[in-house]
Amino acid sequence: MLAYLIRRLGQSVLVMSVMATIVFFGLYMVGNPVDLLINPEDDLAAQEAAIARLGLDQPILVQFWHFLQGVVQGDLGTSFVHNQPALELILSRLPATLELAAFAMLLAVIIGIPLGMFAGLYPKSPVSKGIMAGSILGFSTPNFWQGLMLIMLFAVFWRVLPAGGRGETAELFGIPFSFLTLDGLQHLFLPALNIAIYKISLVIRLSQAGTAEVSLQDYVKYARARGLSTRRIVGTHILKNILIPIVTVLGLELGSVLAFAVVTETVFSWPGMGKLLIDSIGLLDRPVVVAYLMLTVFLFVVINLVVDLVYSLLDPRIRTKGKNA
Amino acid sequence: MTQPVLSVRNLTTEFHTKAGIVRAVDGISFDVGPGEVMALVGESGSGKTITGFSIMGLIDEPGKVVDGEILLNGQNLRGMSEKKLQGLRGDRIAMIFQDPMMTLNPLLRIEEQMVETVLAHRDVSKARAREMATEALALVGIPSPAERLRNYPHEMSGGMRQRVVIAIALMLEPDLIIADEPTTALDVTIQSQILSEMQKLMAERNTALIWVTHDLTVVAGLAHKVAVMYAGRIVEYADVDPLLDQPIHPYTSGLISSIPSSVPRGQTLRQIPGMAPSLLNLPKGCSFQPRCFAASEQCGVSRPDETNVDGVRRYRCHNPLEVA
Repeated sequence: MLAYLIRRLGQSVLVMSVMATIVFFGLYMVGNPVDLLINPEDDLAAQEAAIARLGLDQPILVQFWHFLQGVVQGDLGTSFVHNQPALELILSRLPATLELAAFAMLLAVIIGIPLGMFAGLYPKSPVSKGIMAGSILGFSTPNFWQGLMLIMLFAVFWRVLPAGGRGETAELFGIPFSFLTLDGLQHLFLPALNIAIYKISLVIRLSQAGTAEVSLQDYVKYARARGLSTRRIVGTHILKNILIPIVTVLGLELGSVLAFAVVTETVFSWPGMGKLLIDSIGLLDRPVVVAYLMLTVFLFVVINLVVDLVYSLLDPRIRTKGKNA
Repeated sequence: MTQPVLSVRNLTTEFHTKAGIVRAVDGISFDVGPGEVMALVGESGSGKTITGFSIMGLIDEPGKVVDGEILLNGQNLRGMSEKKLQGLRGDRIAMIFQDPMMTLNPLLRIEEQMVETVLAHRDVSKARAREMATEALALVGIPSPAERLRNYPHEMSGGMRQRVVIAIALMLEPDLIIADEPTTALDVTIQSQILSEMQKLMAERNTALIWVTHDLTVVAGLAHKVAVMYAGRIVEYADVDPLLDQPIHPYTSGLISSIPSSVPRGQTLRQIPGMAPSLLNLPKGCSFQPRCFAASEQCGVSRPDETNVDGVRRYRCHNPLEVA
């Protein structure tokens, strides 16, 4: 297990450094942040002083060297725009995205699994056909369009939910969260639903396919032959057996929501990490973009580790294999 | 005669498929008394497994029991509400499946699967249910049963798993056990152990047993009665000894002489030519007629009715073999 962990960490460090390098040079080629950051009204000396302060007067390789020196010391650089350490800036936006992602995942699970299992158990019912058709719609319509439609319906036509922003927040462990206030929850619902629609569709299809397959297994018929209630058979015998692929996909999806909730956060002006990333790319705020993507890789590594651990909780056969290895 | 535990009358089960109606079980009747073992013998596709599932009420779409009565202790199971049937399954009628590797849920401990079965039928505490499970495991000869309860199915061998399944079947002392080729997937030594244990337990507890099998060698030492099935019908039914010694139906005779030990070494085994017919497209007249060595013209014209020999033994054949 320890060897496995070390190997995984080694891999992720490699991925992080390769990615940091590519992004660092990539952004250098996109444009010169100086053009955006320097006040053109200033006199030449002041401009040059400002450029020197950001370290942008150095050749790119020297800048990269300074960046690497910082990274080893745990300093991912300081935002050009906000004049604040990049990592700190990102982490200050993390809670907003985190609660958005968590809420969306929750919706995906509590809506997707029951609907999918229903469709798997009663494939001929018109309700099931409706569920499956709906899931295709959820898959295939673009995310931003779904967001706009949600705003149209709930905020413009029916005026029941706010169109954007984070609403009132309350602090938990010193971190502001929206889900702790009613106003915050109302603000949270639409963007979370917007992210969740695709995931719900995904979970529906996975649960449906899994249920249809598992229902045919001998052990399900045997459970019926023992006189177990339908509730017990579906809720324990079938559910446990379909969870593994769902957990895998949800893990990956959680990572991608945390990292790239960009579209939804933009549509609903939700002040999360995704919005920060888009703004930073627009302003060529290189330290923020690089730090952001490194954090993203880190998140994916952690989530995948957790998913692997959850596997062994779900399936005893995987546990035994681990012991032998 | 004591009242039979199970009395099946004219049971007919059909599958309505796109290709047509398949009559998998075609008007079969038999009784099984307490402590009695009946072997249901036939080739693959003869309808013996479907008979078992029909009795359990576990026929799924597109299949349906379309006719007949299934009386368990005089109570008709056919037309009984699903709720009531659910209460009987696992409690009064237990079933043992063919492949022990596939029968137990791989993600649940043996304990959980046994305890849930008890709790589905008995109003007892979890601790008591666990005790009953331990006792049942000990009964079927599983060493250190309390520890075995903590195992997952994949931590046990096939023979062990089948013992667990048998233990679950016996645990609530049912009136009837339907065993669907329970030893086919096991190797021969384990097979004979399990056979003799089952036989002993059935006799001790006066449980009725239907043993579904394609293997006549198993039947001799185990069963009291034998029903031979072909294409959904019982073609011959008799006490075990007369049936094996002097088969009346040519099909029974063919089955017996295809057992390797039935002929002297070096002599070619007699086999039944051809294959079991597709139920979608049964031959005219007697279903067995194209493969039968005794077939006459009449066999291709009309289906043989049942002939009752002596109140017990019966057969369906136009040209029965001579009984000395």
